[in-house]
Amino acid sequence: MLDASEGYTTADGRKIGGVVMEMKNITLRFGGVKAITDISFDIREGEIRAIIGPNGAGKSSMLNVMSGFYVPQEGEVWFRGKPRPQMKPYEVARQGIARTFQNIALFEGMSVLDNVMTGRLTHMRTGMFSQALWKGRAEAEETANREIAEKIIDFLEIQAIRKTPVARLPYGLKKRVELARALAAEPKLLLLDEPMAGMNVEEKEDMSRFILDVNDEFGTTIALIEHDMGVVMDLSDRVVVMDYGKKIGDGTPDEVRNNQEVIDAYLGVEHD
Amino acid sequence: MLYREAGDFHTTYTSDSQTFPIRFDRYRYYAVLVVAFLVVPFIINDYWANAILLPFLIYAIASIGLNILTGYCGQVSLGTGGFMAVGAYACYKLMTAFPDVSMFIHIILAGGITAFVGVLFGLPSLRIKGFYLAVATLAAQFFLLWLFNKVPWFYNYSASGQINAPERAVFGFEVTGPNAAASTTYLFCLVFCAVSALIARNLTRGTVGRSWMAIRDMDIAAEIIGVNPLRAKLSAFAVSSFFVGIAGALFFSVYLGAVEVGEAFSIQKSFLVLFMVIIGGLGSIFGSFAGAAFLVLLPVGLKVLGVDLMGWPTDIVAHFQLVIVGALIIFFLIVEPHGLAQLWRLAKEKLRLWPFPH
Repeated sequence: MLDASEGYTTADGRKIGGVVMEMKNITLRFGGVKAITDISFDIREGEIRAIIGPNGAGKSSMLNVMSGFYVPQEGEVWFRGKPRPQMKPYEVARQGIARTFQNIALFEGMSVLDNVMTGRLTHMRTGMFSQALWKGRAEAEETANREIAEKIIDFLEIQAIRKTPVARLPYGLKKRVELARALAAEPKLLLLDEPMAGMNVEEKEDMSRFILDVNDEFGTTIALIEHDMGVVMDLSDRVVVMDYGKKIGDGTPDEVRNNQEVIDAYLGVEHD
Repeated sequence: MLYREAGDFHTTYTSDSQTFPIRFDRYRYYAVLVVAFLVVPFIINDYWANAILLPFLIYAIASIGLNILTGYCGQVSLGTGGFMAVGAYACYKLMTAFPDVSMFIHIILAGGITAFVGVLFGLPSLRIKGFYLAVATLAAQFFLLWLFNKVPWFYNYSASGQINAPERAVFGFEVTGPNAAASTTYLFCLVFCAVSALIARNLTRGTVGRSWMAIRDMDIAAEIIGVNPLRAKLSAFAVSSFFVGIAGALFFSVYLGAVEVGEAFSIQKSFLVLFMVIIGGLGSIFGSFAGAAFLVLLPVGLKVLGVDLMGWPTDIVAHFQLVIVGALIIFFLIVEPHGLAQLWRLAKEKLRLWPFPH
């Protein structure tokens, strides 16, 4: 297995660094239902890590544990070399973890630009009184952060709609705006919950390109959940496979593809 | 024709994010300010001040306050009347306790005290939302009115239970009491109104405003993106109550002069301000002004039309007014939930292309 301190080099020659987040023996229960049972895996700096599994495998629950929305009954989440104490979701965000949602969770009443700027919130420091005065510190901060937001808007090619209210946008663009909002936080770890759900092939290709570009350009570490096998196998460096709340496979796409347990989970096993 | 943005190019993000990015808007805004500050005070008389301008300015401040809470942060409040009463009584206690301090400071302090009370009554918003929160703020309304009725300390043990604004001057001009000139009271309220609008605009366009709106639109996503819901909601309650408190203080000290709490700040007042915000437009500063203007002018307009022109009895016209306000609220909720502000926005969008729409 991999050494904890060193990284590895991917097939396409990218250097992957040390561990950013490590899940240690996570167990999550809702009453009597075990959503996740004793799962451990790590995410390394600069890699694209996928979590896959059939419906109800506990992937989204896993992502919610990572983003601090669910607190596991057992196990620890280690982030950047330290165990993460129990904290509120917004504190997790301040640590540098951003995420998108399976069902788009944009702020519908706000413009695209405002949505992206909201993503910058964790970097904004001015208090209420300078905000009320506006001229001076608040305005300077707004402009500085706007520049970063605009870079991301440029990057995701949504310049033309920056002042459009989000409610008016089609589905594919909304997904992109949500990615922009998450990226605006300049996260150390980006969690994507089914970034390609409900998209057609063309939109999926676009989104895949953006995910690869984000990883390439900003060096963002990405963990994603996805159903589309083709996409997962093409995009990700390493894959965790879950089934019924348990981890049944972990490794490069090729390793996972040839794992008998994974094949059984996806294709079913003959009972006799 | 009239309304063009062609030729308005922004080369910096700062100029793009200014309050009125379109030049025409900017000049119109300056023109309104100039007229309001330099022309109106010279032509104003008692009737215009007391029937239209003072209530308009004061209700505009209250609407801005409620709009921040309900329109921007999405927390419904039915306690506006109660919070206005807090502002009024705070102002009264301050005026009588410190007669030498400037009225400006009294009014601002009254706003501050109301902000504090607002935060206290905003605490339930951390656990409950929607209708349930509305009921909780309704409780605030009744509790506060009961408090000001039952505890004589608040009305300085006066026999009538009323509070009366003592005469106070600002820069040598009387702003309260029966001898205050219409132009002085008008200017006094106008200063507060203009500054309130400016502060509200600055807050709502920046980080604070975006975290309010994020909570309004989707609180779970807002929290995961880094908005502290406790801070966002309570700051909305604080800022909102601050403005509402200022409005209440002005309403009592400058406009009415004498107040009986059950009459002046009843639940009717809460609804009136809520109607202003809904008719004017939730989530819009301009909407607060439009709504206030509309509901202040409507009774006056109806009275002029019905009593003076048509010669109908006053009580019939007064009843008509209730019917019309009710019908308008239903109309706006169905046809244009974003209120007059949205109509204005649509008109501007049309005007941009008019008269050649293609």
